[in-house]
Amino acid sequence: MTQIPESKQKVKFYQTGTFTVGNRLLDAEQRTVQATMDRSNSLDSGHRACQGCGEALGARFAIDAAMRATNNQLIAANATGCLEVFTTPYPETAWSIPWIHSLFGNAAAVASGIAAAMKATGRDDVRVIAQGGDGGTTDIGFGCLSGMFDRNDDVLYICYDNEAYMNTGVQRSSATPGAARTATTMPVGEDPGNAFNTGKSVPLIAMAHMIPYVATASVHDLQDLEYKVTKAMQVRGARYIEIFVPCPLGWGSVPGDTVKIARLAVESGMYPLFEAEDGEVTGVTKIRRQVPVGDYLKTQRRFAHVLKPDNAHQLAQLQAVADRNIKRFSLTTPEEA
Amino acid sequence: MPSETVVQQKPFAITLDVGSSLLNKTGTWRTQRPVYLDRLPPCNAGCPAGENIQAWLGFAEEGDYEGAWRQIMDDNPLPATMGRVCYHPCEGACNRVKLDDAVGINSVERFLGDQALKYDWKMAAGSSTGKKVMILGAGPAGLSAAYHLARKGHAVTIYESSPQAGGMIRYGIPKYRMPREKLRAEIARIEEMGVTIELNTRIDDVMQAKEQGGFDAVFLGIGAQLPKRIDIDQEGDTPMFDAVEVLRDTEVENLTKLRGRVLVYGGGNTAMDVARTSVRLGALQTTVIVVESREDMPAHEFEVHEAIEEGADIVNLRSIREIRGNSVTLEFMVPGEGRWPQPTGQFETVEADVIVQALGQNIETDFLERIDGLEVRDGIVQVDRGMMTGCEGVFAGGDMVPSQRTVTTAIGHGKKAARNIDAFLRGERYLPAEKHEIVDFDKLNTWYYTDAPRTVRPMLDVVRRQSGFAEVVGDLDENNAQYEARRCMSCGNCFECDNCYGVCPDNAVTKLGPGKRFEFKYDYCKGCAVCATECPCGAIKMVAEAI
Ligand SMILES: Cc1cc2nc3c(=O)[nH]c(=O)nc-3n(C[C@H](O)[C@H](O)[C@H](O)COP(=O)(O)OP(=O)(O)OC[C@H]3O[C@@H](n4cnc5c(N)ncnc54)[C@H](O)[C@@H]3O)c2cc1C
Ligand SMILES: Cc1ncc(C[n+]2csc(CCOP(=O)(O)OP(=O)(O)O)c2C)c(N)n1
Ligand code: SF4
Ligand code: SF4
Ligand SMILES: [Mg+2]
Repeated sequence: MTQIPESKQKVKFYQTGTFTVGNRLLDAEQRTVQATMDRSNSLDSGHRACQGCGEALGARFAIDAAMRATNNQLIAANATGCLEVFTTPYPETAWSIPWIHSLFGNAAAVASGIAAAMKATGRDDVRVIAQGGDGGTTDIGFGCLSGMFDRNDDVLYICYDNEAYMNTGVQRSSATPGAARTATTMPVGEDPGNAFNTGKSVPLIAMAHMIPYVATASVHDLQDLEYKVTKAMQVRGARYIEIFVPCPLGWGSVPGDTVKIARLAVESGMYPLFEAEDGEVTGVTKIRRQVPVGDYLKTQRRFAHVLKPDNAHQLAQLQAVADRNIKRFSLTTPEEA
Repeated sequence: MPSETVVQQKPFAITLDVGSSLLNKTGTWRTQRPVYLDRLPPCNAGCPAGENIQAWLGFAEEGDYEGAWRQIMDDNPLPATMGRVCYHPCEGACNRVKLDDAVGINSVERFLGDQALKYDWKMAAGSSTGKKVMILGAGPAGLSAAYHLARKGHAVTIYESSPQAGGMIRYGIPKYRMPREKLRAEIARIEEMGVTIELNTRIDDVMQAKEQGGFDAVFLGIGAQLPKRIDIDQEGDTPMFDAVEVLRDTEVENLTKLRGRVLVYGGGNTAMDVARTSVRLGALQTTVIVVESREDMPAHEFEVHEAIEEGADIVNLRSIREIRGNSVTLEFMVPGEGRWPQPTGQFETVEADVIVQALGQNIETDFLERIDGLEVRDGIVQVDRGMMTGCEGVFAGGDMVPSQRTVTTAIGHGKKAARNIDAFLRGERYLPAEKHEIVDFDKLNTWYYTDAPRTVRPMLDVVRRQSGFAEVVGDLDENNAQYEARRCMSCGNCFECDNCYGVCPDNAVTKLGPGKRFEFKYDYCKGCAVCATECPCGAIKMVAEAI
C-alpha cells in the first residue's frame, strides 16, 4: 500500500513542513491552492453560515482546488442543505462559479445530466461536480448517487459530512455516529444518543461500485484534501470524496475549534483518511500524534453524556470504533521506507 | 439575448438579477474580533543583551545570514564571541523545550558571527554629532557602550589598563572556550567604526580625565578585578594563588604556576576554568574542592561535566580547614538550611603542591568614591534605571553594578547605557519602547511544527582537550545551522504560514504578499476565532467587541 501524502514533506524540517496552509520556505508548487493570492474564492464572503462552519470551509477548499485543477472550467450541482441555503438565498449567491440547485435528493442525477450535456456538445473541457450534505448523500440522494456510480458518469460527487441533517435542526442521518445526540436521538435511557451498529459507510459502498476514485478528507489537513480533489479531477468517470466538516451548532462545539476538532477526529481514529482506486484502497493518511477518543469527544456537547461515569460503556464502544478503523486502515503502522 | 427592458417586464421573483453575497456584511454578527499582534518570544525576553532572537533566526531560516547577523548587531556587537561564551539564558526560556529540545540559538549565533568574520561584514558609524564620550574598560560592557555610541555618531575613546582589549573575555575565559583571533577580529571591527582604544592606560582620576579630554559623558565598565580571598590557617610555603591571577598568567604565557598536585578551591565557573587550564598545562593531578553539593554548586553543569571528562576531580561538600606544608585538611560538610552547607567536625587530609582560590572577585571602588555623588553600596556601584550613577553624566554597567555578572548582561548594560547617554547628550531622556506581552507555550498550536530533534555540536576528543588549548566545542556547518534555525517556532510573531488566510470559513483574510503579512476583512469576519486557534505561533489575539 503506498502512502497518500507523496506530495507531503518532500522537504524536511522547513519549520512547519507542509502541515500549514503555506510555508514561506517551501517552493511554490509545494504550497496549497489556498496559500495563493489568486485562489478563486469560489465560495466568497458574505455567506450566511454559522461562525466557524466547517462545511463552508471544506467547500471553499474543495471547489478552489477543483477550479485550479480544471483551469476554472467547472459547474457544480448542489443538493438542498446548509451549503445551499447559506450560500444562495435567492437572488443572492456566494458562489462565483456556475452553480445549480434542484432538489434535496437529486444532485447526483442533475450533475449526471449536465455531464451528459457537456459530452453531447463536445465540451469535454468543462467538468462537473455534485455536492451535498451527508443527509442528502447517504440517505435521500442515495439512489441517484448509486445510479451515477453505476453508469460511471463523469462527475465528482463531494459529500460534506457533518454527521446529521443540520439545516433542518440536527436530525440523525445514516452518517451520525453511535452515541451522538441529535434532535431525534436524545441522550436518554441506558444507551443515550444514536444507536451503535446502524448507519453506513458511503465511501466503502462507493468502492463496491468499482468506480475509479474514492477518498475521504478532512478540513484540518488541507494538503491532503487538495491532493485528493486534484487527483479526482485528473480522472474521468464517477468519483466520490467525503470531507469531514465539523458543525459548531449541531455538535455543540466552540466555533473556533472547528479545525481542531477535525484534527482530533482523524488523530483519534474516529475518521480514517484513505483513498481507493477501482475498488482497492491505495493509500492511507497516517495518524501523526494519536489521541484517545475522549480527547475528541470532550470538544462537543453532543457527546457530553458519553464522558459521564455511567456511560463508560459508550466511551469504550467509541474507542472500539476508532481502534477498528486504525487496524482496518493501518493508520498507525509506520510508513514503509 | 433579452434586452434589459424586457427582463424588467417579467414578473417579480423570476427576474431578479443575481446578487453577490458580498452585499451581506456578516461582520455585524461579530462579538469578538481577531487582531494581529507581535508577542514577545520568551527567548528575546530572556536575553540580557536584548537580542531579537526570533527575528534573526527568521532571516537565518531563509538563508539570509547577513540579514540575520545585522539583526543581531542591532543589539550585540560580538556575535562570534557570544556564540561561544554566553551561558544562553535564551535557550533556557525557549518554548521549544516543551516540545522536544530548545532551539540551539547559541550555536546559530556563533555560526553567524563566524560568517561575518569570514566574509568581512562591517558596521558603519553614525554621522558625527561632535560629542565625545570617555569609557573606562574595554571589557564587554565598555565595548558594547562604545559600539552603540559610535552607531549614534558620538566620538568614543576607551581607556584600558591591560595590554589587550576584551576584559575578562580575554584575561579570564580560557582560549579553549574563546579563540583569541575571533575576539580580536570582533573588537577590531568596533575600532574600524572610529572607536579609539588606548591600551595600557589606567585611569585613576575619572573626573580629571574627563575634564582634560573634553568629554561630554563617561561610561564606567571596569568590571570586578580584585580576587576575593579568604584567610586560611596556613603553615609552610605551599604557594597559594588566585584564579584570575592564574588565568591571566596563562593568557600572557607565564605558565609556571600550575604544576604538581593542584588544588582549586571554589565551585563556580571560574574554578572550572582554572581546573581545566591546570589539566591542559600538564599538572600531575587537579582537584577541585567545593563546599556545596554537586547539585548546588554555582558552576554550570556542562562546565563541571567537561572538567570531569578532562580528568579533573571534583570533591563536593568539603571546606579547607588548614594547610600544613603540603597537607591540606578538609572538613566534611552537610547540606544545611537553604543552600549553605554546615560543618560536621569530621576531617580528611589531601596533599597539594599548589593551591588556587577561585572564590569570585570584588570591584575596585576606592578611586570611584572620589566621584561626586557616585554611590557605592556593599562594594557595588549604584546606578539608576538609565544606568547613570549619582554623578550627572557618569554612567556605569557590567560587573561593577548590580548584575548577573555575565558577558551578555555586560553587553546589555552597555547598550542600555549608550541609549541613555545618547539621550543625555541631546538633553533628553531615553524612553524604552513598551514591551509586548510574552507568548508562552500555551498560546502556540504546536501541531503544525515538524518533528525536528536538536543538532548537537561536535566536541573535540578528550585527549586533545587534555593536552592543549584548542577550542573544545565545534562549529555547525551551514546545513546544520540552517536546520537549527528552522526549528524555531517563531513564537508570537507571524512567519507567514498562510494558516489564517487558509482556515477562515468566511474568506475574511486578505494576504498582502510576501513580507507584508495579512489583513482581516472586518466587513465579513464573524469572529469565529478559527484563525486564532490555528495560528501556530500565537500571533492572533481575539478581542471583545464593544457591543
Ligand atoms: C574566569 C572567568 C570566566 C568567565 N566565564 C564566563 C563565561 O563563560 N560566560 C559569561 O557570560 N561570563 C563569564 N564570566 C563573567 C564575565 O567575564 C564578566 O561578567 C564580564 O566580562 C564583565 O564585563 P565587564 O565589561 O563589566 O568587565 P570586565 O570584562 O572585567 O572588563 C573590565 C575592563 O576594565 C579594565 N579596567 C579596570 N579598571 C580600570 C581602570 N581604572 N582604568 C582603565 N581600565 C580599567 C579591566 O582591565 C578590564 O579590561 C567569567 C568570568 C571569569 C572571571
Ligand atoms: C425532499 C425533501 N425533504 C426534506 C427537505 C428538508 N431539508 C432541507 S435541508 C435538510 C437537511 C440537510 O441535511 P444534510 O444533507 O446532511 O446537509 P446539512 O444541512 O447537514 O449540510 C432537510 C431535511 C427538503 N428540502 N426536501
Ligand atoms: S522557538 Fe524560536 S521564538 Fe520560540 S522561544 Fe525558541 S528560539 Fe525563541
Ligand atoms: S496563522 Fe500564520 S500567517 Fe497567520 S498570523 Fe499566524 S503565523 Fe502569520
Ligand atoms: Mg449534514
